[in-house]
Amino acid sequence: MYIEPHAHMVSRTTDDYEKLAIAGCEVLCEPAFWAGFDRSSPAGFFDYFRQLTDYEPKRAAKYGIKHYCWLCINPKEADDPVFAREVMALIPQFLDGPTVLGIGEIGLNKNTRNELAIFEEHVQLAVDRNLPILIHTPHLEDKLKGTRLTLDLLASFSQLERSKVIIDHVEEHTIAQVLDAGYWAGMTLYPQSKCSPNRAIDMLEVYGSERLWMNSACDWGVSDPLAVPRCILEMKKRQHSAESIAQIVYHNPRKFLSQSPRFVG
Amino acid sequence: MPTKQDLLDLQFIDARHKLIDLAAFLDRIDRHPGAADFRYAALQAAIPILLAARPDRARAVLDALSDHSPDPIPKATFQGALGAAQPA
Repeated sequence: MYIEPHAHMVSRTTDDYEKLAIAGCEVLCEPAFWAGFDRSSPAGFFDYFRQLTDYEPKRAAKYGIKHYCWLCINPKEADDPVFAREVMALIPQFLDGPTVLGIGEIGLNKNTRNELAIFEEHVQLAVDRNLPILIHTPHLEDKLKGTRLTLDLLASFSQLERSKVIIDHVEEHTIAQVLDAGYWAGMTLYPQSKCSPNRAIDMLEVYGSERLWMNSACDWGVSDPLAVPRCILEMKKRQHSAESIAQIVYHNPRKFLSQSPRFVG
Repeated sequence: MPTKQDLLDLQFIDARHKLIDLAAFLDRIDRHPGAADFRYAALQAAIPILLAARPDRARAVLDALSDHSPDPIPKATFQGALGAAQPA
């Protein structure tokens, strides 16, 4: 039994829901993100938000999986602030949906000024509505700088509850600063560009599991919806106890996500 | 907690495979025509970290391949990432 706290199921086939269910996934959370291409209009996002809040929960339920989502305009499509604000104007009408957890995955992609401005507006929206926040950190060479800019921006929100913010896709060079600042951290098990299962387990061993979760972030790219159960297998090979495995793949995500009143998983 | 011997039994072949693959990649780049770009130089600069006597080699390699400039950029020129910071 485990929780997949970050998966982009709009890009996956129904076969994947079946595999996730067979592997023991009980709850799955889907942050709004890039779908592999730039949408040409806000109307494209309107339909995407309908898909996240209505269609995917029904598709997941057929396999006994509870599906939740996070809403935003993702940083990859947020470098045009006029476009981004038109999309943001659509979000409030979806925020009261029964499966909407909070605002995410927001943040930075190429660490631009416009991305930062739209990120800040999303954080303000979350603070105004007292919602949890899920933050994406940039890829590869941009991650370190993006994480530093993210932490600087968040520090400017004096009313922000840090325990309600998770900063995702941490790696060995960013995890300490995220945890030290009081936020939750997510480790993404993604081929080549993020963590391998063994590196994630290394970080667990070095930093402890108090405010950590792990996810697959499976999406339109080469990725693995079963990355979390594969990491569970590696943890067993490395002699981690059943209790410590349950802590990282079930109890921790449940604890963080339960800060949203919508989460009943 | 597994011992060093346990981890070697479990992961040595995989680490060996990755090391040989990296060596073959360097050979391949050297063997082919044209000029290598900043990514190859960044990789060469990071490789000595593997032999450093320190407990955080993975972190140090990631640091070596990262953009350390402090300020946001005016505009994105592309959406993806290349894996190593371009020289200023």
